[in-house]
Amino acid sequence: MNFYGIRAIYIFEMSRTWRTLMESIASPILTTSLYFIVFGAAIGSRMGEIDGISYASFIIPGLLMLSLLGESISNASFGIYFPKFSGTIYEVLSAPVSPFEVVIGYVGAAATKSLIIGLLILATARLFVDYEIMHPLWMVSFLLLTAVTFSLFGFIIGLWADDFQKLQIIPMMVITPLTFLGGAFYSISMLPPFWQKVTLFNPVVYLISGLRWSFYGVSDVKVGISMVMILVFMLLCMLSVWWIFKTGYRLKD
Amino acid sequence: MESIISIRNLSKTYASGFRALKDINLDIQQGEIFALLGPNGAGKTTLISIICGIVTPGEGSVTVNGHDILTEFRASRSMIGLVPQELATATFESVEATMSFSRGLFGKPPNPAHIEKVLRDLSLWDRRKDRIINLSGGMKRRVLIAKALAHQPQVLFLDEPTAGVDVEQRRDMWAMVRGLRDTGVTVILTTHYIEEAEEMADRIGIINDGEISVIEEKSVLMNKLGKKQLQLTLQKSLTAVPAELADYSLELQQEGNVLIYTFDTQKEHTGISELLRQLGKLGIDFKDLHSSQSSLEDIFVSLVSDKA
Ligand SMILES: Nc1ncnc2c1ncn2[C@@H]1O[C@H](COP(=O)(O)OP(=O)(O)OP(=O)(O)O)[C@@H](O)[C@H]1O
Ligand SMILES: [Mg+2]
Repeated sequence: MNFYGIRAIYIFEMSRTWRTLMESIASPILTTSLYFIVFGAAIGSRMGEIDGISYASFIIPGLLMLSLLGESISNASFGIYFPKFSGTIYEVLSAPVSPFEVVIGYVGAAATKSLIIGLLILATARLFVDYEIMHPLWMVSFLLLTAVTFSLFGFIIGLWADDFQKLQIIPMMVITPLTFLGGAFYSISMLPPFWQKVTLFNPVVYLISGLRWSFYGVSDVKVGISMVMILVFMLLCMLSVWWIFKTGYRLKD
Repeated sequence: MESIISIRNLSKTYASGFRALKDINLDIQQGEIFALLGPNGAGKTTLISIICGIVTPGEGSVTVNGHDILTEFRASRSMIGLVPQELATATFESVEATMSFSRGLFGKPPNPAHIEKVLRDLSLWDRRKDRIINLSGGMKRRVLIAKALAHQPQVLFLDEPTAGVDVEQRRDMWAMVRGLRDTGVTVILTTHYIEEAEEMADRIGIINDGEISVIEEKSVLMNKLGKKQLQLTLQKSLTAVPAELADYSLELQQEGNVLIYTFDTQKEHTGISELLRQLGKLGIDFKDLHSSQSSLEDIFVSLVSDKA
């Protein structure tokens, strides 16, 4: 194992984070605050409780997931796309680091950053709503696994993208709809039976449901299933990354 | 001399179907400075990129100090430092930070003393806190060299290291490269400046169209292919080369005032004394004579155009 190599990539990526800290933090926190003002306070006050939870509290896990997914994907995809774009990737390719070590460095840093932002969002939410966390260990596991999995996913997008447009198209066209339709703002049980079935094909449903369970002990799908789903998705991402490095796809000619 | 890099029957076809390298065989000796010359698109960067792990090889094999570049990539890459042709640097980082990054990436623990030495050797010490984006092009190139040296490589690849570097800095760089060689580092450089190869290299390889056409000691190459010219400045101008001298390859220049004789240094008889005797017989006097040898540049041009 080339630990110094992993460390170098991790430190390099984190220094990018610290350098752009204000921008990286300001936007998700502002967005989340706006959600709370609009959905929590303005609309939420007219909404009844869902599963015995006030609407403002109900949306916290969903909003947290929303930011975590978005941040993980964008951090990791940009982290690897930029060296490809600027040409500095040559150094990583020519270094005695294995693909596995490269992934740990980049994905580790991206996940760290999105977790930091996730925690800041939780703190921000506290300003608007009093919530409690019933199963903190499960919560931490969900956040951690989601951050890592979607950083891996972002890493894949960053490798695949060959222009800035492609870098943004997946988060825009796929992740945002999936998150909105993943039960961030409603319970699946509020949908007509047919759409309830369709929704189960949306992986984000399992993430939000699982995270909500760790907060309030209520969920749309069993928490065990949520955990299995996220692990399956993580495995799929790992396999894709492994395949990409094995074939040199979009990295080496 | 032991060879530190061995390339055997290496070919490379890009995804586009373009065959950039054709059956390359090359051995680089431990501790030498090897210059790879060739016109644009000859395959120099492709060859270097394969050895360093940036481009996947096609057929054939490459070993670095006996380590296969694919199966023992850690051992082979740890020995290599690469200065790429393209100016690619992490723009927002400081010079210092980017060097620590390079050193770490190659698996070495931090060593501020070494970093300082390299930065001083490259006259970058004063700029170590600067962001790379604020440096000039020539300085950026030196940062790339500093990065390549950060992990104390045994083999250094310089892909056109002096492109865009001013004359003074270029001399410093040459001195530094020689200094590296003196400490046992093997240097492989590509360049378009023939004077650079002439000045620096122990051996020269010429690559054209993905094939290596010549690999030779520099001095041998210059001797073998070097043509010498004898210039005679005449007392009285001639209108044509006299018929008696038709056997010699002679040429009149500068309105018949200068007679130029081209001869091959390899031949047993250069024919100079016969020519001078003949001239005496014909009553052609000259007030000055001097001889000159063709430069590597002339050799290179003649080799490349021979192929075409
Ligand atoms: N990624 C690629 N895909 C397809 N063809 C490529 C690729 N990279 C290089 N080539 C082609 O391979 C040939 C050799 O390129 P290479 O960069 O090795 O040349 P070079 O000798 O370094 O030239 P220069 O002196 O201009 O740097 C060129 O014809 C180039 O167009
Ligand atoms: Mg080149």
